[in-house]
Amino acid sequence: MKSVAGRRAVNHVMTALCALALLLALVPLVSLLWLVISRGIAGLSLDFFTAIPAPVGEEGGGVGNAILGTLYIVGIACLIGVPLGVGAGVYLAERGDSRLGDAIRFTAEVLSGVPSIVVGIVAYGLVVLPMRRFSALAGGVALSVLMVPTLARSTEELVRLVPHSLREASLALGVKQWRTSLKVVLRTALGGIMTAILLAVARASGETAPLLFTSLNNQFWNWRADQPTASLTVQIFNYAVAPYNDWHEKAWSAALVLLILVGSLSLAGRLLSRNRLR
Amino acid sequence: MNTKIDVRGLNAWFRGTHALRDVSLVVPENTVLAIIGPSGCGKSTFVRCINRMHELVPGARQSGMVLVDGQDLHARGVDPVDLRRRVGMVFQRPNPFPTMSIFDNVVAGLRLNGVGNGLGELVENSLRQAALWDEVKDRLHQSALSLSGGQQQRLCIARALAIEPEVLLMDEPASALDPIATAKIEELIHELRESLTIVIVTHNMQQAARVSDATAFFYLGELIEHGPTEQIFTNPKETRTEDYVTGKFG
Repeated sequence: MKSVAGRRAVNHVMTALCALALLLALVPLVSLLWLVISRGIAGLSLDFFTAIPAPVGEEGGGVGNAILGTLYIVGIACLIGVPLGVGAGVYLAERGDSRLGDAIRFTAEVLSGVPSIVVGIVAYGLVVLPMRRFSALAGGVALSVLMVPTLARSTEELVRLVPHSLREASLALGVKQWRTSLKVVLRTALGGIMTAILLAVARASGETAPLLFTSLNNQFWNWRADQPTASLTVQIFNYAVAPYNDWHEKAWSAALVLLILVGSLSLAGRLLSRNRLR
Repeated sequence: MNTKIDVRGLNAWFRGTHALRDVSLVVPENTVLAIIGPSGCGKSTFVRCINRMHELVPGARQSGMVLVDGQDLHARGVDPVDLRRRVGMVFQRPNPFPTMSIFDNVVAGLRLNGVGNGLGELVENSLRQAALWDEVKDRLHQSALSLSGGQQQRLCIARALAIEPEVLLMDEPASALDPIATAKIEELIHELRESLTIVIVTHNMQQAARVSDATAFFYLGELIEHGPTEQIFTNPKETRTEDYVTGKFG
């Protein structure tokens, strides 16, 4: 048996090693934030948020249409993905102990492992080819395919967390099964599900690959779901690979805008869940 | 006295376990039946057969007959949802709906079934019946979780009473409560007997003796003895009953 001093020394060394690992893990995160903020902040102005992109060589211009486009495409994705994902999750939790439930769960697991570029190709085949044009709708479909599996699994877990006694209380009051599922169980899990939706939206709005050949891009304002639509991520991609220096600067600024958007969504999600647990 | 609940040859299973064996007994209207017995003897299963909550457990099965007002609960055309509005239930642990206010909890049975407005009077009556009105009348719109455990349980009783059942099943309603809250619930049972038929499961033999007209002793899924409460506690016919009520086992 080692002496107390010996064990203390081992304890200190291990604590120091863990702290070092934490610091190393923080290096890429902090440097990423620093790089995006320091290089992007210069290009930010009111114009940048409200104007459409300026042609090459012209001063000014912004990514207003891309911000709107991202919100638009993610909105379409939510319209499709939230009912499907939450509905599937409720089904899995309430009736999931069956063959069908296992099959759905397995599919969701496979689906959440599919690379997002593959999802983009599928949406291209399903929506873009039949419509014969790139569109916000196609982008929304692609993003919704990415949202559904994670949303279904997190909804399932949240619904399963609702105490069985509440279900029984409702059924014992002569409330029908489906009303119990909807108005008691889902209502009780709603706070958590809102958080899960926000996190899924944050993830989806940062996707580039599925949008490249679905919603494509657009240099102008667009309000129509059946037209090519700009998005922040694709816009960043285009700016970054272009051979112009001022476009590179715009890519940094647009990246900062995206970071703020995604960051505030995640933060809102975490705040919601913390309030729920209190 | 009219017969309210008539149980004939009731058997119940959970997957492999035979939880109730050939139980037959009768509960007259406006009386209180106490069910006593050691843990795992089928007391809860028995009451859960009376409002068909037993069948919701995966793998549950039953045979025999349960009649309420002469009507077989398992006859075709009997909707368990309608039945549960006539046969209310209070559970062991208070289980108010955490997302609802006190008010909404009381009317939950109606609201969740789509019955709408003007329920204020019903809320007051139900809460008065459950002896909770004076404690909560000024904060009806606060969360039900702001109440103490004993208050929550009385809220659950009020919630069960609001759908105006004819029978009230109580599955160890006071086992999670302190003596003062327990006394209030027992008082309540005395008053409710005027208008309801009550079946109460209890681990507490003094409680059974205080609140009930008749007592049934269950052991290992069998009904060992059933009779007037006074007789069960002072002059039981079966030695197993005597051993249990005198505390020799269980």
